[in-house]
Formats: sequence, structure tokens, C-alpha cells
Amino acid sequence: MTDLASIHHDEETQQLERTWSSPPGFFAWFTHVNQTNIGMRFIVTGFVFFILGVILALLMRLQLAVPDNDFMDPETYNQVFSMHGITMMFLFAIPVMEGFAVYIIPLMLGTRDMTFPRLNAFGYYIYLIAGVMMYAALLLKIAPDAGWFSYPPLAGAGFSPGLGLDFYTTVITFMEISALVAAIEIIATIFKCKVPGMSLNRMPIFVWAMLVMSFMIVFALPPLVIASLMLALDRMAGMHFFTAASGDPILWQHLFWFFGHPEVYIIFIPALGMISSIIITFTQRPIFGYIPIVLSIVAIGFIGFGLWVHHMFTAGLPQLGSNFFTASSAMIAIPSGVQIFCWIATLWGSKPKLDTPLLHVLGFFLIFIIGGLSGVMVASVPFDMQAHDTYFVVAHFHYVLIGGAVFPLLGGLYYWYPKFTGRMMNERLGKIGFWVTFAGFNLTFFPMHKLGLDGMPRRVYTYLDGLGWNEANLFISISSAVLALGFLLTLANALISLKRGKTAGDNPWNADTLEWATSSPPPSYNFRHIRIVDSRYPLWSGTGGLEQNPVVTGIRSDRREILLTSILESHPEARQPLPGPSPWPFWLAIATALTFAGLMVHMAIPLLGFLLCFIAITGWIWPKQLGAAK
Amino acid sequence: MSPPQKNAISPKSILPGIVAAIIWLVSAFSPAYASQSALEPGGPLAAAIANLFWGMVVIGGIILFIVLAMLAVALLRARNKTESKPLTFTQSRNLVFISGVVIPALILTVFVISSAAVNREIVAPMPKNALTIKVTGHQWWWEVDYLDTEGNHIAKTANEIRIPVGKPVRIALEASDVIHSFWIPQLNGKTDMVPGKSNLTWVKADRPGSYRGQCTEFCGKQHAKMAFIVDAVPEEDFEAWLQRQAQPAREPVTETENKGRQVFLRSSCAMCHAIRGTSALASVAPDLTHIGSRKTLAAGSLENMPGTLSSWILSPQSFKPGSHMPATVLVGEDLGNLVEYLLSLE
Repeated sequence: MTDLASIHHDEETQQLERTWSSPPGFFAWFTHVNQTNIGMRFIVTGFVFFILGVILALLMRLQLAVPDNDFMDPETYNQVFSMHGITMMFLFAIPVMEGFAVYIIPLMLGTRDMTFPRLNAFGYYIYLIAGVMMYAALLLKIAPDAGWFSYPPLAGAGFSPGLGLDFYTTVITFMEISALVAAIEIIATIFKCKVPGMSLNRMPIFVWAMLVMSFMIVFALPPLVIASLMLALDRMAGMHFFTAASGDPILWQHLFWFFGHPEVYIIFIPALGMISSIIITFTQRPIFGYIPIVLSIVAIGFIGFGLWVHHMFTAGLPQLGSNFFTASSAMIAIPSGVQIFCWIATLWGSKPKLDTPLLHVLGFFLIFIIGGLSGVMVASVPFDMQAHDTYFVVAHFHYVLIGGAVFPLLGGLYYWYPKFTGRMMNERLGKIGFWVTFAGFNLTFFPMHKLGLDGMPRRVYTYLDGLGWNEANLFISISSAVLALGFLLTLANALISLKRGKTAGDNPWNADTLEWATSSPPPSYNFRHIRIVDSRYPLWSGTGGLEQNPVVTGIRSDRREILLTSILESHPEARQPLPGPSPWPFWLAIATALTFAGLMVHMAIPLLGFLLCFIAITGWIWPKQLGAAK
Repeated sequence: MSPPQKNAISPKSILPGIVAAIIWLVSAFSPAYASQSALEPGGPLAAAIANLFWGMVVIGGIILFIVLAMLAVALLRARNKTESKPLTFTQSRNLVFISGVVIPALILTVFVISSAAVNREIVAPMPKNALTIKVTGHQWWWEVDYLDTEGNHIAKTANEIRIPVGKPVRIALEASDVIHSFWIPQLNGKTDMVPGKSNLTWVKADRPGSYRGQCTEFCGKQHAKMAFIVDAVPEEDFEAWLQRQAQPAREPVTETENKGRQVFLRSSCAMCHAIRGTSALASVAPDLTHIGSRKTLAAGSLENMPGTLSSWILSPQSFKPGSHMPATVLVGEDLGNLVEYLLSLE
């Protein structure tokens, strides 16, 4: 492969560099808007929260290692398990997946940035502030303690009078702004910024997956925002939406799970895209069944909204309706099965090199199939009445979420790390890390199936001696340390390789998609030339690869500008100037956070917050003459 | 496109996986025990669910084995040949269509039907004259009321339920504060207790014995220590027991017991607890009319013995931090007298 960045050190390249570069310096850091910068921040911050979530999990395992342990009092334990869930679902999984989307999608589409760069930056700061607020609350021991699901009436003012649940309602509400703006931006970018020639049916499967994820976010998060707002009003203004007296506690469960179940697929679907990318590259083959795979992803996106009641089988709802949700839950197995067999057909006899990214995908196969099968089991109403809210379910969803999302995510990290940093991660350490993680994971979570069937409920801060749960719990606690060590090895690998890794070059895996057609890491403008593509696998097509393809001309290099194309066929439609670095997204995020957080303290603060938001928005949209070269 | 590089599935990289798999299988079949296991049913309802479970495990195990075997074949195929050999289009299409669509659709149809059939068994209408027990969930204990066929109140107890062997028992579930969930794994699946709503479930025990139950909906600080015991006894024993429970408390016999009762009535105990037959009639905490006949204290978390009872009275917060029962300061003989009195209430 040739190194594109070194060839084109002509005048226009320098011009592009001046136009697109982010200003250096500490204060200027808050003005950056380039998609690669913001995407990387989402990914790094997401992994930091992942580490925090893992630490909370280890604390729980320490507490549960022996019966009647007094390492943590119940108050602390309840805050810790609630924050573990909140961290992994809201602060790790969604943001890190969106981070990969924000970083990789414009590169895969062959464009120079996303459609709304400032909105991107704004979403990041909202997320960062929300996460910091939640952890500040935990350090002050006033974190929410009613679970990530916060069922009223327990989460209502009567039974949880402290600030903890106020943190939950306000921070959850405004944290979702971040996920929503990123989702809208990903959709707009995918539809309008594909390089000419990349019609919808040539789009990489990874991009399809991120598109479906984003649509799911757009439909799933508003119910949560509304519900948490209603809970906040219940708590602060006595509105009785969810109280037993004149509201309905079950209503919360419907609203929460109408978000909460799609949430699982919001995390899982991007992972499907990552798996397809890795399998295509490692088999060095076009994938079998592009259309069935895409349709399966879309189908999961739809069916994912029709299953929420299976979280409520024990709530006393009518039986006929419950059996309907058994059927819809089981149905998910079909689009999942189609994808698994498409991958097997692609892998068949391809003699793939078992490097770390593919190893993680193979780990996914075993773990996810077990999680899928136990998922079908708990879709059965009668069996769920035994398994619900026990360690069986804890085992099930960790198989699905760690197997279905974290393993592909770590595979994706190994796979795209060379693009992010210009260096390869250490392969040997990577393999060791994989096997430790894989063994630690199964040793930790498989015995939980049995523990749950033996009657151990979830969310208990301790258990009595003599119930026969001691050995399993001790075993699980020790295994969880192995699992954490596995994660630590991957983390250490990522940090060490930053300086010491082998230089990667543009396309170390000989992959097929456009992000590998630029230098590693990509320049601030992503691509020197916007090249027209003519296949689903643009870097593999023809004899000379992408280099032979015609180049789009007429995009200005003296101001930030991208090409907009039509949704279906990607015909060029318009040149769109983009805004550059600005501090206003940061200030607007501060003002928004103040508005929401102020609600917890005094009604006057939100008023001040509104005023500050107004000022920040004015600053943000203040008209400037376009096109003035710097 | 460069050709795939030299293959790297070495025995060395597979070995740790095999070791892990063995350890993991062994760990999954650690010795079993009775007390709260859904897999050791004590009645027909739990048995139907356990059978459904084992059926699903067998079929799921076969599916898992076949899919992983196919994956292994896909990876190992043509390893020693120089040319990589993909499936033809038709082979691939048939593979995906048959294994990814047709077979799952058939298996899932059978699954949905069997699940619904077991579900019908569990919610089948109960006989009209079945015994009805109303259980109310409180933070963090269970209030238990026995009702006759007309719905009239017969007796009240707490944290222990006694049922006749071989008879279906209807259980009406309510909650006074937050959501709880009523679960006796050896007798039936769980059903939530939702404030403002009344849910129904039923249980039936085939053999006499003690079955432990526990709250399974997170309900606050002491969710972990909200358990109860179900004793299934022969019908005549049950009737005799129920009759005793319906009686007011036994009068003190000894001087100590008499003093103990006075301690109970003048201390803070009587502000929350009732002992029927005395002037203590409060109902915010468990009814203690027959406390002496119970096996456990503090909702199934302490054995009911003089030592534990005294410690519990003096310092409930050290056993159940956050419990709504405050510590009671008793000096001199008062504690001993009180404990002796309470344990005499059989």
C-alpha cells in the first residue's frame, strides 16, 4: 500500500490542513469540533467509565464473596449496584458505540466531517458533565440507590426522600440529550454525506448497523426522557403519575422498558456491524448475504420495540398478552440466526488468520449463542416467573451484553486501533488478554445461571449462610478478578501500544472500506481526494483499487466544506460549508447542565440557566461571513 | 488483495480454551442442595416449570453444539490445502435459509406452544372452595392473613405461612408501601405485589416440608433480608394449627411471663406490634400473638431463640440496618422477662 499522506504534500494539502486543523492549546481544546477529535473523546471517556463500572462490579463481588459480609452496608451496596447499571448502560455502552460511529462513519463514507460538527461537540460535553455529576454524587454517598430502573413507588419522594433519585431523574433526562443529538447527526451524515457512487445498497454493513442504532435511539430515548421527567415531577411537585394513590406504578415500568428493551439492541446492533467488518476483512472475501444481513439488522430494530413486556411477566398483567410477548421475544432469534449463518457461510474454508480482532468475534459466537438461548428461555412466561430477578437473569444479560457487545467492541478496538493511532496493538499480549477475558467471563457468569435457579435473588447486598450459595458466590468472586485482569491486559495493551506499537501504515489488515484509504491516524480533513466508489468493497475493486477511480473536484479547501449527496443513489447535490472551532458548544453544555442540576437546589437557578442558554445559543448561531480564508 | 496469511490455529492457542471449558463445566455442576431451589420442586406447579426448563436446556444444548460444530468446520475446513474453498452460492443460501430461518422457526413454534401450555397449567382456575391466604408485603416483612371461603378473616400471622399438603391454596398478594415480589421457588414462580393492586397466585405442595421464600423485587435497604418460610403439613395438623392461630394470646402463667407482658405493654413495643388478647393492637409491624411458635425472626433472617430474640430487641439495626424497628433500651431483668413472655406465646 502507498502512504497517501506522504505523496500529496502539495500546496492544496497544506491549505486543507490549515482549514481543518484544530487549534492547539489547553483552552482551544474546548473549541474543537472535528469528528475524529470528538469521536475519540467519546471512545476514551466511554472506556474510562467502563473501568469505573468494572471497579463497582468488583466491589459488589467483594461484598458477596462470603455470606453475611459487612464490607459494605446496604445503603452503599444499593448505590454501588445502581451506579454499576447506570454506568454500563448510559455512560459506557451507548456513548462508546456512538464514539465509534462518530469517528469511523465519516471515514467509511469518504467525507470530511459530519453534518453538524458543533452539535457533536455539544453532545460530548453534556455526556461528560452528566457522568462527572453522577460520580460526584457517588463519592458524596448521595448516588441513586433504587437501581438503574428506579421503580416507583420506591423511587418516589415518599420512600427515597434523599437527593440520590433527584440526581437520577435530572441527570438521566439531560444525559439523553447527548445520545439524541449524536443519533440525529449520525442519521443525517449517513443519508447525506456518502461519497458519490456509494448508493444505499453499497453502504458498509457497519454503517447500516449504526444507522439502525441511531433510529432506535431517536424512538427509544424520548419515552425515557418523558418518564424520568414525570418521575421528577412526582418527586418535586407531587404530580402522582406513578404513585399507588392516584397514579399507577406499572405505568413507569411500561415507559421504562419501552425504552429499556430497545436499549439492549441499541448496544447490540453496532456490535453486529463491527463483527461483519472484521469477518469481511479477515476472510478477505465479500460477505455472503449482504441483503439478508442488512434486513436482519433492520428487523431487529423493529422487533426490538415489541418485546418490552417480557420484563414485566411477573407484574400481574393478563396472560394472553404475555404469551404474545413470548412469541415476539422468541422471534428475535430468527434475524440473529440469519446473521450467524451468513457469517459462518462467509468463514467457510476461508482459512482466516486468527488475530486478536477475529478471536474476539469467535468468542462472541460462543458467548452470544449461550446468551441468546437463555434469552429464549426467559421469554417463556412460566420459566421467567422462576428466573425473573434472580442471578439467572444476571447471567443471561451479561452473556448477551458482554458477549454480544463488549467482545465485538474489544475486537473492534484491536481492529480500528491502527487507524486511530497509527500503530498496531501488541498481538501477543492481545491473545493473552483475550483468553484471560474469555475464561474469566465464563467462569464468572456461567455459574450464575445455577445460582439463580438455586433461588438467589438479584440486588441483594448479602445472603444468609446455609442456603447453599456460599461456594458458588466465592467462586464467582474469584473469577471476576480474572475477568477484570483480562480487561486490564487489553487496557494496558492499548496504552503501551500508543508509543511502542508497530507502525501500522494506511491499511494493515488489507481491509475493504474507505477508512483504510487514508493515512493512520487520518489527517484533520480525512481525505485529500474525495474518490468516487463503484462497489461495496471499494478498496478491493478492480485491479488498481481505489486509486484508479475518478476524483470529485470543486470542493473548496480554503474553508470547511463537504459534499452532500442524495439519499438513495448518492448523486452529488450540493456543497455544504461547515462551521469551524467554537467555544459555544461547551458554554451551552455548561448552561444546560446548570439548568437541570439547579432544579435540585432552587427554582431560581434554572431561570438563570435559561438565560445563560439563550446567551450561549446566540453566540453559537451569531452570523459570520462565510468563506473568509484564515 | 493479498492472499490470506499462513494459518495460525495452533494447539497452543486452543489449549487454554479447552481447560477453561472444562473448569467451567465442572463449576456448573457443583453439588446441589434443597432449601430454595427452583429445580427441586415440592409441588406440581414448580415441577411443570422445572420440566419445561430441562426440555429447553436439552434442545438449547443441542443447538449450541451444532452451531459451534458448524463454526469449527467452517474454520478448520481446507486448512491443509493451499486453495481456500468457499461454499457455492447455492450451498450458502441453503445453509442460511435452512439453519437460520426454517429450523429456528420450527423450534420456536414448538417452544411458544409448550410455554403457553405450561403457563395455562399454572394459571388454571382454582377451585372455588380453596383456602385463601392474603399476603401483604411491607418493607421488609410479610403480613399473612387467613381468610375463609366467604372472605372473612380467620387468623393473622407474619413471615411464616402454613399450608395443608396436597391442597391448592389461593394466595392474594398486596403491598402496603413499595413493590415486592412473592416467590417460593420450590412451589411456584414469583408474582409481584404492587401497591394499589391485588395480584393472585396459587401454590400446592405434594409433600410435607419447609420451603423457603424470598422477596424478589428490589424494595430498598433490606430487600436482602425479606424472606419467609412455608410449612406444608398434613391437613389435620393444619386445621389444628389454624385454630390455635385464631385464638388470642395465651395468658401469662409464671411470674416472669407476667412481668414480661408488663414490659411489653409499657415500652415502645406496643406502639407498633399487636398481641391479641392484650391492649396492644397496633398493626404497623408483625403481629406477635403467637411469636413463640415461629421458627424465625426478622423476616426469615434470624433463628427464633432467646439469645437472638434479645439481641434483636436491643439492636435490630445491627442485624438489619435500615429496618423500621428502632432499638429498645431495656434495663435489668426487663429484657429477660420480655423474651420469656414472648417465647411463651405459642
